[in-house]
Amino acid sequence: MATLASSDKLVRGRAAHRTRPATGRPGAAWALPGLLFFLLFAVIPMVAVGYLSFTDWDGLGTPRLNGGANWARLVHDPAIVHATVVTFVLLIGNVLVQAPIAILLGVWAAGPQRNRAALSTIFFVPLVLSTAATAVMWRQLLDPNFGVPATLPWLFGGDGNFVGTSNGAIVCLVAVTSWQFIPFHTLLFQASARAIPHTLYQAAEIDGAGRVRQFLSITLPQLRNTIITASTFMVVGGLTAFDIVLVLTNGGPGTDTATLPFRMYQEGFTSYDMGYASAIAVVLLALATGLSLLLVRVTGYDKMQSTLEGL
Amino acid sequence: MKRVLVALAAAGLAVALAGCGGGTASSAPEAVHFWTLKDPTNEVQQAGIDTFNKTAKAQVVMDVVPSDGYLDKLRTAMGSNRMPGMFFSWGGGPMREYATNKKIVDVATLPGGADIASHFLPSVLKIGQTSDGTLVGVPCRGTQPVFLFYNKKVFAAAGVQPPKTWSDVQSLITAFKGKGITPFALAGQGGNEWTELMWLEYLTDRLGGPAVFDRIQSGDASGWTDPVILQAAKTIKAMVDAGAFGTKFGSVAYGAGGSSTLLSSGKAAMQLMGSWEYAVQQGSSPDFAKNSLGYVPFPSVEGGTGNPADVVGNPSNYVSVTTTADAATAGGYLQSLYSDDYIKGLVKMGEVPVTTNAKDALAAAPDPAYATFQFELVQQAPAFTQSWDQALGFKIATPMLAELQKLFNGQQTPEKFVAAVAALK
Repeated sequence: MATLASSDKLVRGRAAHRTRPATGRPGAAWALPGLLFFLLFAVIPMVAVGYLSFTDWDGLGTPRLNGGANWARLVHDPAIVHATVVTFVLLIGNVLVQAPIAILLGVWAAGPQRNRAALSTIFFVPLVLSTAATAVMWRQLLDPNFGVPATLPWLFGGDGNFVGTSNGAIVCLVAVTSWQFIPFHTLLFQASARAIPHTLYQAAEIDGAGRVRQFLSITLPQLRNTIITASTFMVVGGLTAFDIVLVLTNGGPGTDTATLPFRMYQEGFTSYDMGYASAIAVVLLALATGLSLLLVRVTGYDKMQSTLEGL
Repeated sequence: MKRVLVALAAAGLAVALAGCGGGTASSAPEAVHFWTLKDPTNEVQQAGIDTFNKTAKAQVVMDVVPSDGYLDKLRTAMGSNRMPGMFFSWGGGPMREYATNKKIVDVATLPGGADIASHFLPSVLKIGQTSDGTLVGVPCRGTQPVFLFYNKKVFAAAGVQPPKTWSDVQSLITAFKGKGITPFALAGQGGNEWTELMWLEYLTDRLGGPAVFDRIQSGDASGWTDPVILQAAKTIKAMVDAGAFGTKFGSVAYGAGGSSTLLSSGKAAMQLMGSWEYAVQQGSSPDFAKNSLGYVPFPSVEGGTGNPADVVGNPSNYVSVTTTADAATAGGYLQSLYSDDYIKGLVKMGEVPVTTNAKDALAAAPDPAYATFQFELVQQAPAFTQSWDQALGFKIATPMLAELQKLFNGQQTPEKFVAAVAALK
């Protein structure tokens, strides 16, 4: 009787499967809209930029192939070397400032404290403002003649021209970028910290671990994957950061804060040397892709290991 | 198969929607969009357009573009299929490039266009013409020579007179520095290099005359190695080192809220600027513009071979007509640029029109003395050199301005500045 019932169920199951329309696994067509978008707005422009980097084009006439002239110039251009250095200084500065603050804030925001929700909302505000608008605001705040330095000279020292000095401009760029993007990374860390099982902390408490020890031995290792995600965002975002440089310092003083994307813009849309600008764009593309791949490889993120293994 | 079709249709729709974004819908199908720079004189242009539109078959619509990056935006639009119908520019090199690429039309071929040239002063028209004399830009503003503005109150309080010679300049620098006043307001922030260029232009002219730049403009890059350029660069460095511009000019932009406010508030004593400074001051500090804004020609430089009556600046601004504009509308509008009403409007804004009938209108200026000062300055100038960045075109001007800013910032020696600009191609 029992065997009969089970085989009957089996038959019914098979029949049911056969008659129902096939909805189970997504077909290749499901990816089409996404693929088309990617093709139109990423692959085709990238191929076009690659082609333009071998041409001489002022944006008005017809691009003219000039062999590797742009690339030969790029390799020997001291301005590009300088721009690369500036880009990496800003990049490293941003990661060093943003990551620790965002982790601490995120873990704090994941807790059950009073006022947490209200304060978190306030911290979140810079992220919802547009970069151009915040950069304009900061430029006016930092203006040595009419901004805060003019009113509170002791705060900035000297003549108050902090944003007009080489080092000061870099500090300002890092500070303003961090001010804007720490909330985003905080959000990532908050979500991730919320997901850490409470049992881990309870066990640690029984073993007599203090708050610092718990943070170092449980929270940080559990946040590993999020730290990698956040750093990738910071690195790629840092490489392509352009709007803030344009508005806050315009690459100045002189060319001291001219990053690679800024140089690309200048070559393309101020000097109208689209070919050379395209060559810089290709370098940026390769750098960003290479760095994110490297980051994923070095950290073992590609192994897709869960931090919850063994729990 | 059906699913594939639906997916394709959805993707196609999405692409079509994305393609729609960013475009500006024109208010009437045949309207001619006129891109112009945002400044106080827009008022006069708008009034002229309103008058023109009352009787015109197709409308002219003025699109006001902020001055930051105006030329970049124009250039990008001109390279696309969304060209404006008409646009405002400084004439010279960049405008001629558009003509070379057949983006703008010969004004004489427009309906009623053949007669336009006869209404303007030939020396000013020259900048609106290509090298073979084809008129592709019609003057639409006053002439804009560059000269020295000063704050009369600050000068009176210090008991000094505006400079007539370079040694006057040097003693004024010392005098104002001693009082904690910046001698010259200078906009040295990235993107404002053109204000620094005025110093190089005038010093070069005073030291060596207009021939030095004529040689460079003709495409002879070795013209930069003329000893006069090095001497001008050295003079600039000496001024910066003497504190002529203060220490914070690298964070100052031009205009209200920047260098012009430094001048009007008395934080700075003088500013080397184009004649439009009057309109800027009138817009932001009307009292100052009326009572305390003084002006004198650029001082002579002892030992220089240039004529102290020479002028640099923008001979005028120019309207060019692109191939996309309705020819009858554009031609009609260009003829309104020398109408009595338009000329009176310009004069009222403190501008000095460059039409043949301008001289009589100047008496009606709100400040006839200022208008006459400019008119005579230009009229008596043996040479009127166009701003170098406008004359040279982007490809040379952009890196040249970057090198110049480094010279002002003390990041480049005069010798290296000359070597760097001479290497530009």
